[in-house]
Amino acid sequence: MYPDQFEFHRADSVSEAVELLADNPDAELIAGGHSLLPTMKSGLASPDALVDISDLDGLSGVERNGEVTHLGAMTTYATVADDDDLWEDATVVAEAASQVGDRQVRNRGTVGGNIAHADPASDLPAAMLAANATVHVHGPDGERSVEIDDFFQGMYATAAGEEGVVTGIDVPEEGENTASAYVKKPAPASGYALVGVAARLTFDGDEVTDARIAANGVMDHGTRLPAAEDAIEGESVDADAVAVAGDAAGDSLDEYMVMEDQQASQEFRLQLLSAYTERALETVGERAGHM
Amino acid sequence: MERTIELTVNGTDHQVTVEPRTLLIHALRDEMGYTGPNVGCESSVCGACTVHVDGEAVKACTELAVRAEGSEVTTIEALGDEDDMHPLQESFQEEHGLQCGYCTPGMVMTAAVFLEEEPDPDRAEIREALEGNLCRCTGYQNIVNAVESAAAEMAGAVEPATDGGTAVEEGGD
Ligand SMILES: Cc1cc2nc3c(=O)[nH]c(=O)nc-3n(C[C@H](O)[C@H](O)[C@H](O)COP(=O)(O)OP(=O)(O)OC[C@H]3O[C@@H](n4cnc5c(N)ncnc54)[C@H](O)[C@@H]3O)c2cc1C
Ligand code: FES
Ligand code: FES
Repeated sequence: MYPDQFEFHRADSVSEAVELLADNPDAELIAGGHSLLPTMKSGLASPDALVDISDLDGLSGVERNGEVTHLGAMTTYATVADDDDLWEDATVVAEAASQVGDRQVRNRGTVGGNIAHADPASDLPAAMLAANATVHVHGPDGERSVEIDDFFQGMYATAAGEEGVVTGIDVPEEGENTASAYVKKPAPASGYALVGVAARLTFDGDEVTDARIAANGVMDHGTRLPAAEDAIEGESVDADAVAVAGDAAGDSLDEYMVMEDQQASQEFRLQLLSAYTERALETVGERAGHM
Repeated sequence: MERTIELTVNGTDHQVTVEPRTLLIHALRDEMGYTGPNVGCESSVCGACTVHVDGEAVKACTELAVRAEGSEVTTIEALGDEDDMHPLQESFQEEHGLQCGYCTPGMVMTAAVFLEEEPDPDRAEIREALEGNLCRCTGYQNIVNAVESAAAEMAGAVEPATDGGTAVEEGGD
């Protein structure tokens, strides 16, 4: 399986990459290549040109300033999942990265590529939503920051647009009173998320004062679950409250938009959503010492 | 469209002319003659094509040769030969970790970096590490045994751990 012919450009800077993309509507950025190359090999995508950003200094690596952890777009899942400090500071992101694909995939795939590609069954979107991340995008009109809640727009569609380069992601550090988790039901064949739930809870004593809960694999893009958030806020994380929040998980979603394919019906996906929302909340509760 | 790239394979410098679309696995096998890594699924799933790129296990069917420019690539050929086998190669033989052998180069290359990072893994960790390598023959049991016994051998253990092979395990691939 060979991809179709294409021209290959290695960008020397982000601005050059942005220009190359703007000049050629049929050009695609290549980061880790672990979504793009498989689609090109199977003939589902045939870009005229690839713009490689993998050699750009400053696009990969983890930096922290005490408030946020900055993940360069080209940082691999392996780097993120091996970062002990990130397991402390933003558990949900490290945990989601550790569950992507397999070892070889994690050595190559990138955090920027994951969210820019916005596959509905990817692992990072819900984790970034729960972590309340900010995405840095460099486009033809310059640089901008996008709140994660505004980033995912649909299947394979994001606020970065066709010509925007995601340059990095800022993940706020969880304070002492915050804990988080990502739990996933992998699709049996592909390993992608059939359903994955990310949760981050902030506590005042036993009481949840703020909840961010989001799901992968259920809608056409990673999606917050406001009904589950409302159900757990103001409660303590005990078995009853967790069950109520799990039941509520699907309530805020447009039911006709819930994904359905040969792997799972809408009904089964919603059942998984409830069960995995409960698991995510239980895990956070345990980590916070409340269960 | 073709371009000439330089890369190091198993310590030897190579110059090779490839199309941008040439996958690293094809450059290695067809242009440079390293036929150790195999082409299995061609779709990033089976791991038969696994090589090391700058010390990391990578599926060579999911990388462009042009992107390996300047890299150090290691294939199974560098791990050892018949007279001087790597402990993993020995243990795959001893533990019957292969039948047709098609998956073996990838299995061994993934296991080799894994054991560098985790010299004393338990069986669950070995299975997790080999998640990206599929075998259609062995049923995995003996592969896990082989990696376990190579780890013991490499750690200089007196007795190779060959005892774990009969228990029924959860979580098969
Ligand atoms: C066998 C296998 C199993 C997998 N399992 C999982 C899994 O369990 N969970 C999961 O989440 N993913 C999984 N993946 C997908 C993997 O995570 C990809 O790495 C990811 O979806 C895309 O990231 P990438 O860096 O490889 O991007 P690429 O493949 O290089 O690019 C993907 C798309 O995003 C665009 N893009 C890339 N980087 C940027 C950027 N910085 N700015 C703007 N646009 C950009 C590209 O133009 C392209 O259109 C799997 C892949 C394989 C091959
Ligand atoms: S041939 Fe590369 S993963 Fe199967
Ligand atoms: S020994 Fe035949 S595929 Fe593994």
